[in-house]
Amino acid sequence: MIAEIGKNTIRFILLILLQTLIIKNIPFGSYFVPMPYIMFLLLLPFETMPLLVLLLSFAVGISVDVFYDTQGIHASSCVVLGFVRFYFLRLLAPREGYEANLKPTVQYMGNAWFVYYSLPMILIHHLFFFYLEEFGFDDFFFTLLKTLGSALASFVFIYIIQFLFYRKDGILA
Amino acid sequence: MRNLLNLIYKYHYFLLFIALQVLCFLLILNNRSAQSTAILNSTNAVSSNLYNAVANSKEYLSLKEENDKLAKENATLRNLLKSSYDILDQRSPEFLKNDSLFRKKYVFRAGKVINSTSNLNKNFLTLNVGSKQGVSKDFAIINSQGIVGVVKDVSANFCTALSVLHTEQKIICKVKKDGSYGPLSWDGIDYRYSYLTDIPTHVRLLNGDTIVTSALSDIFPENIMVGTVEKFERKQGDAFYTLKVKLSTDFKKLNHVYVVEKKNKDEQDTLEKLLTNPVKPK
Repeated sequence: MIAEIGKNTIRFILLILLQTLIIKNIPFGSYFVPMPYIMFLLLLPFETMPLLVLLLSFAVGISVDVFYDTQGIHASSCVVLGFVRFYFLRLLAPREGYEANLKPTVQYMGNAWFVYYSLPMILIHHLFFFYLEEFGFDDFFFTLLKTLGSALASFVFIYIIQFLFYRKDGILA
Repeated sequence: MRNLLNLIYKYHYFLLFIALQVLCFLLILNNRSAQSTAILNSTNAVSSNLYNAVANSKEYLSLKEENDKLAKENATLRNLLKSSYDILDQRSPEFLKNDSLFRKKYVFRAGKVINSTSNLNKNFLTLNVGSKQGVSKDFAIINSQGIVGVVKDVSANFCTALSVLHTEQKIICKVKKDGSYGPLSWDGIDYRYSYLTDIPTHVRLLNGDTIVTSALSDIFPENIMVGTVEKFERKQGDAFYTLKVKLSTDFKKLNHVYVVEKKNKDEQDTLEKLLTNPVKPK
């Protein structure tokens, strides 16, 4: 339990640094704005209290907001992600519930499960984020394309980061 | 009361979600207009020092390019020096004895961009100069290539600024060759291009014409380079041209910039305010 808190704190800090110091400065073009920092919320342990997930979503969102000068936009879309996570986990749960030693990563749950779990949630987060940033539907199709492109980019990032740094019983997993 | 508590207990998850969303939206609405002051911004101690450290270490990667740019600018400035001009023959009719006094109109301060974005709808910059260095709200930011942005919030040693690439930012610019002006605004799509509207159709435009800042902008000095005309068109039913402007500033490579203070801006502002809020007649 203590180890889990420690690991997640390290992840929280590393992912925010990755997002704001590295990813933010790489020019991918107007249609790709990857936000892999949300994998912090995706990979929280199954047994984390839903209320805590909401509060953590707000915390991670507002931290990124400070770096991006987008007061509240990241926080708001992260809270949406944290909110729907509860229902997604319930929807994808096996009949007898999740086993105690499992974690929501590719290594433990397999590719198919992870795609079903993360891709819709990344899409929901990005949709909410980009339309909130736009604050209207003026450039509806441009924003939609941007959402799809960015969601794909985020997913690829999240997938690769897991393969590079997460091992069963590794320091980060 | 008991029922109410039960209700809260039953829906506590949803209620916390709503509470957090309300908080977020209050923050967003607080920051909606370009004029308002943000509560949370990157001028705070943690993020600004982090950005500063990263900018310092990254500076070495672009030293050569930066040097070239500064050398070029020095050459331009040397060309403007009095000593690079010869005095005309005093008997010639063009000679005019210049004895009027000058008043300082603009103060330039050097600064460095330590953080910037260019792929969002509303892009911001963070600079390593703040109120201790004499910077305050609504100062213009330019670099040797052209216009960069406008200062928004200031802390002791840092400031945040609205980039020219901010969809709610409008800067009055003019076509250099004949002076017709209009607002320059960004559409949020490509960081290389911006749009100048309201140029009357009698102006004889050519692709490649220079666009500079206008004296009507009460933030930017006059005749600062903005960009060149990429193409122009008259939308159906519109009495004006819309110009696609290729910005001269490379927003992906911002480093050294100048923060420009306009002297007497307050005096002009208070005078102009009288027009919008007229004093009641006695």
